[in-house]
Amino acid sequence: MMPVHNYIDIFGQNRALIDKGSAGVMNALRDKALESLMRYGLPHKGLEEYLHTDVATWFEPDWGMNLSRIDMHVDKAQAFKCNVPNLSTLLYFLANDEFAASDTAAKASLPDGVFIGSLREAANRHPEIVDAYYGRLADMNRPGIAAINTMFAQDGMMIYVPDGVTIDKPLQLVTLLHSPVDLMVNRRILVVLGRGAQLKLLLCDHALTANGFLTTQVVEVFAGSESRFELYDLEETHNSNLRVSELYINQDADSQAEIDYVTLHNGKTRNSVFSTFAGRGSNLSLNGIATVDKEQHVDNMTFVDHRLSDCTSTELFKYVLNDSATGAFAGKVLVRHGAQHTVSEQTNRNICLTRQARMFTQPQLEIYADDVKCSHGATVGQLDEKAMFYMRQRGIPEAEARMMLMQAFVGEVIGRVALEPLRDRLNRLVEKRFRGELSQCEGCRACR
Amino acid sequence: MMLKIENLHAGIDGKEILKGINLEVGAGEVHAIMGPNGSGKSTMSNVLVGHPSYIVTQGKVTFKDKDLLAMSAEERSHQGLFMSFQYPVEIPGVSMTNFMRTAINEKRKALGKQPLSPTDFLKLIKEKRDLVKLDSKFMNRSVNEGFSGGEKKRNEIFQMAMLEPSLSILDETDSGLDIDALRIVADGVNRLKSPETSVIVITHYQRLLDYIKPDIVHVLYQGRIIKTAGPELALELEERGYDWVIKEYEDSLK
Repeated sequence: MMPVHNYIDIFGQNRALIDKGSAGVMNALRDKALESLMRYGLPHKGLEEYLHTDVATWFEPDWGMNLSRIDMHVDKAQAFKCNVPNLSTLLYFLANDEFAASDTAAKASLPDGVFIGSLREAANRHPEIVDAYYGRLADMNRPGIAAINTMFAQDGMMIYVPDGVTIDKPLQLVTLLHSPVDLMVNRRILVVLGRGAQLKLLLCDHALTANGFLTTQVVEVFAGSESRFELYDLEETHNSNLRVSELYINQDADSQAEIDYVTLHNGKTRNSVFSTFAGRGSNLSLNGIATVDKEQHVDNMTFVDHRLSDCTSTELFKYVLNDSATGAFAGKVLVRHGAQHTVSEQTNRNICLTRQARMFTQPQLEIYADDVKCSHGATVGQLDEKAMFYMRQRGIPEAEARMMLMQAFVGEVIGRVALEPLRDRLNRLVEKRFRGELSQCEGCRACR
Repeated sequence: MMLKIENLHAGIDGKEILKGINLEVGAGEVHAIMGPNGSGKSTMSNVLVGHPSYIVTQGKVTFKDKDLLAMSAEERSHQGLFMSFQYPVEIPGVSMTNFMRTAINEKRKALGKQPLSPTDFLKLIKEKRDLVKLDSKFMNRSVNEGFSGGEKKRNEIFQMAMLEPSLSILDETDSGLDIDALRIVADGVNRLKSPETSVIVITHYQRLLDYIKPDIVHVLYQGRIIKTAGPELALELEERGYDWVIKEYEDSLK
């Protein structure tokens, strides 16, 4: 058992080591984070937001932490060979939390002023920039994992795209969990897009070794006015993997963002999204797919803050749950006083394939403006028996008919993915998943 | 013999609806099954195609010398049994092309044939679409989604043409069709007729039988076939209703 004070002790005893393996700007926030952890503790199921996912218990085992940053000798090239047809990316790695660029990405010539690299390195080389953004969105005044992540995170990735710059190729950050023992990893990603900047980022979360992992991931995104940002966060790990992530996005005026979460294979996962419209005329497309079986668990929580007028948010999350898997979705849309002409649409649809599978869904809409168009809805059901029989009558065997119906079900979400080559890959990955061919994480299938 | 039904008893939710059906359909024949509402017409077609909600309690059905009741719904289809649904089902997210390709190739697989090449498949689609005047735009749409009533029924006949069944059951295919759509559908069915294929037309009204001429007409009542005659019976039923047939039947029981 590792109650929260054990983490506080570990932090106190290893403070010098943590700081040494990181950078000044990151170290500067640790005391504030410690205060927050002491005040709020770890998020547990006594809190409404964590009712179905008792994250605090995930911290109970005696996780190893690589605070002295011992080289784990992850052979990234070996572990990961990318040869996706039609999807050419700038490829980067986080081996646990250690940043590395692929050879081609390292050699790629990037537009002036662009920084893509290790967060620790960014904090050392450009402290004024990192200081202006790091930890500014992650909310430590409430229970969550931002505090413990900020206490222990030593590295991660930083992307800075100046005004008017478009990065044509999608960036692909492959996170490779690799360890000889059960390991806790705290990683941090910071994205800053200037006015009119454009960026596509694909995160592929993998576990290369079969031992247990607990990952905390905090992503902060500053999307400048008229910027365009796409984030695809794809998890394909294994049953002993626990992942808790928080994403904070702040969108300035007339910006566009798409954020998609795909949980293809996992152990237990909690993803939280906090989105704020800080300027008018912006829109956000926020989507998710979860395909879970056995004892797997996925919980997506989204909070969309329509603070200003004339913004649009559309959300579509779909889950397919098999065996004894459980899922949760809580989506809150807040339309504040004065946020007129808000358009908001939130949908969560779920299929439970067995009697044992469970889904908890809680769409929430809070509106304090009168000239808005908002809708939300949630369903939990089974595959359409009528459709199944119709297909069988035409000669499609039952198992194949089920496959096609499941595929069609999540296909609606895939159809919203802006990055076309990824859409094709996702269709194939989901099909493989349903056919039971993705029973283990085997490196980045998105790219094979 | 295409189909032989002997003393078939079947029902749903523990309630017996078919109470001893006997029927023989020869190759190349068109049979009409008529009857008042609730007589068991839809139950009969659903039982024949193997709907899992219907339970057969007694009897035997032989389809092309094989035990039909021992087969799954998909096996029956592979063996050449087709039913045009009274209410074709919408399947969002599954395109007509994908649906049809899977259906055709699963049938071929079951019969030990290679899958159809993409070129041959497209050729076949084109040929069969023309038969029921179904626009090519439907092929990229989800199965039956947003189709009008007439388009759905034409789509049923299109699929029938694609799968080339030996026995087709048309379950109330005329319901909800205007006269033009009815002509197109009936025309499609007639052009698919051959000495090797048979059709069972299940209908409440004579209307469809003006276009698809039956060889034999049966009246189904309370789960039994109470009268069998030539095509003139359909016309007589249209004129006089079902009461006289029922009375005749009840008198014969006395």
